[in-house]
Amino acid sequence: MRTLAIDTSTMVMGVAILEQDRVLGEMVTNLKKNHSVRLMPAVSQLLSELDLSVSNIDQIAVTNGPGSYTGIRIGVTTAKTLSWAARLPLYSASSLTVLAHNAAHFPGLIVPLFDARRSRVYAGVYRRLIDQLEPVIRPQVIHIEQLIKKVVSLNEPVLFLGEDVEIHRLNIEASFSSRLYFGQGGENIPHPSHLGLIAWRKHLDNEPPETDDFAPDYLQLTEAEAKWLQKNRRD
Amino acid sequence: MKQPKKTYVLGIETSCDETAVAVTMDGNELLSNCISSQMEIHQRFGGVVPEVASRRHVERITIMIQDALEQAGIALQDISAIAVTQGPGLVGALLIGITAAKALSLTTGIPLVPVHHIAGHIYANHLVRPLQFPLVSLVVSGGHTELIYMEAHNHFECLGKTRDDAAGEAYDKVARLMGLPYPGGPPIDRLAHVGMETYNLPRAWLELDSLDFSFSGLKSAVMNVIHNANQRGEEIQEANLATSFQQSVIDVLIEKAMRAVKKTGVKRLLLAGGVSANRGLRSQLQARCDQDGIYLQIPPIELCTDNAAMIAAVGTYQWWAGNEAALTLNAEPNLKMSAVHR
Ligand SMILES: [Zn+2]
Repeated sequence: MRTLAIDTSTMVMGVAILEQDRVLGEMVTNLKKNHSVRLMPAVSQLLSELDLSVSNIDQIAVTNGPGSYTGIRIGVTTAKTLSWAARLPLYSASSLTVLAHNAAHFPGLIVPLFDARRSRVYAGVYRRLIDQLEPVIRPQVIHIEQLIKKVVSLNEPVLFLGEDVEIHRLNIEASFSSRLYFGQGGENIPHPSHLGLIAWRKHLDNEPPETDDFAPDYLQLTEAEAKWLQKNRRD
Repeated sequence: MKQPKKTYVLGIETSCDETAVAVTMDGNELLSNCISSQMEIHQRFGGVVPEVASRRHVERITIMIQDALEQAGIALQDISAIAVTQGPGLVGALLIGITAAKALSLTTGIPLVPVHHIAGHIYANHLVRPLQFPLVSLVVSGGHTELIYMEAHNHFECLGKTRDDAAGEAYDKVARLMGLPYPGGPPIDRLAHVGMETYNLPRAWLELDSLDFSFSGLKSAVMNVIHNANQRGEEIQEANLATSFQQSVIDVLIEKAMRAVKKTGVKRLLLAGGVSANRGLRSQLQARCDQDGIYLQIPPIELCTDNAAMIAAVGTYQWWAGNEAALTLNAEPNLKMSAVHR
């Protein structure tokens, strides 16, 4: 049972292939370069280095957001088309859940986040439960102050993950008196091998795969839709 | 005797607000033409919202691919080439079609062929009656206003294009000024049918020998008419303003098209793009062509608007000419015709 995992939700572009829960190969770059140009050649290269083709893959995994809207769509469109064409089940996971898995053994609250501009972040809060992560606060777009307040109130050791944490670091440090940790190096970028592992577990748990109308979960309406709703609620 | 092998091309088009997939045989026979229109979704915003369009494309893309293959009664592995619109268009929207096409190509090994959207509009005609060369094509839609000269298949020469708004865009903007619904073409065309040309609106001829277009001045002129009437507390004669505006657009389109025909010495003019559904343009252009001894061809309305059959048709000729793309293919929102088709 081989899983092909694809993540292009953020600046990080990741492709991994797993056999059961064993990672056969993983390619990760963290560059501000076009995912649309580089993703398909990367998938093709990883397959060929492992002497595999799409026909040797049994299921596809993809992050369905949050992150860069265009980035998410490139990953999701690739994954759902591969899955449709090769008739393979497709599983998805939040890019924040995948990032949280970098610290799956942390004894406390794991807070992966990506910046969402205007003092807001895409964030979730996770806690270890036996050998898996359970969400304490589901992935959402939230004002940083509000997130900090919620996390402080839980009164547990906290680990913040993600390269964008740096943008809000002073704010965070000022709000916690102790038991505060920050991810380092590779811990701060999502790894597609974790995504592959999540999909493998979903398969083991007999979870139903995604359907044909599968679409990203952007966590936010488009600006045009939000404005339209606001206006029509007022009228 | 062995039958020569048929060429089946799967076309994918997502340059604006239609998620379209189609299958053609040998570039001139339409086997399926599936379109998922987002018109209703964008209507409430008064125009296409790129982010909304891109989101919808992702939801629909594989469903449309499946529909197109099923309706054509053909399996994916029997497709000879996958043709996809590379540009011009909305970058985020284009990316969905291109990404899907690349994933199909990677899975099956079927070659990928990039297509220019405007070339597609011209080839919509080829699905009805074979193109005969040389010809001049006037492509008018919400996104483009261009005059293209063709000497043979795969040979495109841009003679002129709009320097600002596309003709269809001018219709949408004027409709908005007049409080008419989006898209602006149909309601203005309807009003123009019953009104009279009473408002004096400009025609932008540009330089004496230019085959380019400009419609932004016309839009401003309409704005002034409405503004001045409001200032004086006068009522706008809606039908007459629609007629005056439409006549100004049509006069320029027809005159420039006939200049292009004259300049190139061709005897065939082809009208393409969504605005070819406009009754005023169709009838007046036909009358002018009859008068000048020019053969005019206009595809049926369902092939005038954005669709993927036209992309598959161009893709067939491109593939026969050996134009294949690598998996690094990217969307080009401002793609030039000369960049894809030589
Ligand atoms: Zn078009």
